Amino acid sequence: MCEAGPRGRMLEVEDLYTEFKIDQGIVHAVNGISYAVDEREIVGMVGESGCGKTVSQLSVMQLIRRPGRIAGGKVWFEGVNLLEYRPNSPEMRAIRGGKISMIFQEPMTSLNPTLTIGRQITESLELHLGMNKKEARARAIELLDQVGIPSAASRLDDYPHQFSGGMRQRVMIAIGVACEPKMVIADEPTTALDCTTQAQLLELMLATIDRCQGALVLVTHNLGVVARYAQRLYIMYAGKIVEEGRCRDIFYRPSHPYTIGLLNSVPRLDEAKGKRLVPIWGTPPNLIDPPARCAFYPRCPERTERCRVEPWPELKPVEGEGHLVRCYMREGGRGA
Amino acid sequence: MSDVSEQVFVDQSGPDQVPYGRPLDAEVARPVSEWRRFLRIFFQRKLVVFGVAVLVVLVVVAIFAPWIATHDPYRNDMSKALRSPSSEHWLGTDSLGRDTFSRLVYGARTALIVGFGTVAVASVVGMILGLLAGFLGGWVNAIIMRVMDALMGFPMLVLALLLAAVLGAGIHNVIIALSIATLPAYTRLMCGETLSVKENEYIMAQRAMGAKSLRTMVKHILPNAFQPTLVLVTSMLGNVILAEAGLSFLGIGIKPPGVAWGSMTADGYRFLEAHPQLSFAPALCIMVVVFAFNMVGDGLRDALDPKLRGVL
Repeated sequence: MCEAGPRGRMLEVEDLYTEFKIDQGIVHAVNGISYAVDEREIVGMVGESGCGKTVSQLSVMQLIRRPGRIAGGKVWFEGVNLLEYRPNSPEMRAIRGGKISMIFQEPMTSLNPTLTIGRQITESLELHLGMNKKEARARAIELLDQVGIPSAASRLDDYPHQFSGGMRQRVMIAIGVACEPKMVIADEPTTALDCTTQAQLLELMLATIDRCQGALVLVTHNLGVVARYAQRLYIMYAGKIVEEGRCRDIFYRPSHPYTIGLLNSVPRLDEAKGKRLVPIWGTPPNLIDPPARCAFYPRCPERTERCRVEPWPELKPVEGEGHLVRCYMREGGRGA
Repeated sequence: MSDVSEQVFVDQSGPDQVPYGRPLDAEVARPVSEWRRFLRIFFQRKLVVFGVAVLVVLVVVAIFAPWIATHDPYRNDMSKALRSPSSEHWLGTDSLGRDTFSRLVYGARTALIVGFGTVAVASVVGMILGLLAGFLGGWVNAIIMRVMDALMGFPMLVLALLLAAVLGAGIHNVIIALSIATLPAYTRLMCGETLSVKENEYIMAQRAMGAKSLRTMVKHILPNAFQPTLVLVTSMLGNVILAEAGLSFLGIGIKPPGVAWGSMTADGYRFLEAHPQLSFAPALCIMVVVFAFNMVGDGLRDALDPKLRGVL
């Protein structure tokens, strides 16, 4: 066990705020989220498009670019607050790719079309592990082999356009785990692929990350994906975490009306045939100058007068270990 | 209560465990070689073939000038001034008795040195500035691009004239003047390309792998952004040679002992009626060479344009 943050976890994000200044005002994309990831844990981050999932992950890596900025909070990783490093400092660069790596959602655009696959894998090996060209090449072949690319040695000198989407995502996974990072952030890693390839690649990704003993943060809007693999879930809405807990607690005892809405809008095998799916009405709120009340209020089927006038509630424990929810309607009622 | 994942969700079957087989040959068969496709489109136009031929001849002449020239292009011999074309002096001699053909041959050197020198200096500096402006953005971008805007405010030749007049004549100064005058085109092109390439996900992926800004710029943005500059370079070559001829014609280009087609045209101007070849021969050279460069530039543009893929 390495050094850990104040509460003994490998990654602890505390009260993180990220905002984007645009002409219309300030977009509060990440609005004070706190979460933690343990070693070798698989954590799911779930929410609609634009709820701040990706931005929160990019903030951890300090990859937020103008007009965005990290407005506050702490990111403890192995006992160090990463936000104390300057975004382009050598320390931060050593973390990126070396200790925390990221797998992006678009395999078609996440590889540089003018460099060979081999170069793109060996680059980080040489950068972070100080390997020489020959060692890095051997390791790259090994990695491509692990992610199931046939005749890896001969494909090392091919360019990305000579690979299909699924193959490119395999290459992305190989790059992501190349330096055996402590944590891999996969940002909707399977969105661009078709269903059969999705399942294969998720299994592959988990096996590969498991082999290098890393943790995985799975950012997705696909509840099916996290249900199968994640140990703990964070449900995000409008830049805040509205519910967190163990995967089974959230699936069996969803507490926040938003989580309930999400679960009702995906097909389930354990329910009667012919049951209609229930969508969540409306659209996610505008994050420019949001009102202080619960951001889900306008779409919430259980809203009350209290929700309208009082500020967004704190995360409160409900039934289940570490199961927290941010809703007035659950206070006391089903409390732990 | 059994495991959640076993009960609730759809994809229970798990992934296909069959190991990936060797793909069929058809799947890995390579497409038509990019290089061949390029050559085929490039040489499709007869004028491009002509342009390339002229350029090859020009380069050969420039390199082997001392062997091709029949006389010393710099030696004055007033006793032989203003001879008509003959077997000894193929294009006659000028007012100082210098062999016109030999001077044309050496003029090719000047034209090429100025042409390639200028596009080399201007494109390299312009690409660096454009890359910095586009990649760093903010005040770096503002300063570089406003300076370029100011330079673009002047017509290219007027600016070159001004700079050449300030710097003085001479081949280095001509290259500097023309480089500065053509710099904005490269900078703006590169800046625009950088801005669009920068938004690609692989640049973000690269930063997520911990790459330095410099590395990202040089290894990842530059190779994806320099192709339009390549086309600009070839189309600029003709313009630059023409501009150099103009400066030399006006007497602020290449200094008198040096040989330039522009100044030869100007020198022969006084004897236009008696010895028209003194002006026409260098002028024709300028015309043919500039035309050839422009044709090659056009051909290159077509061959590199992805929109024309499959059409030609």
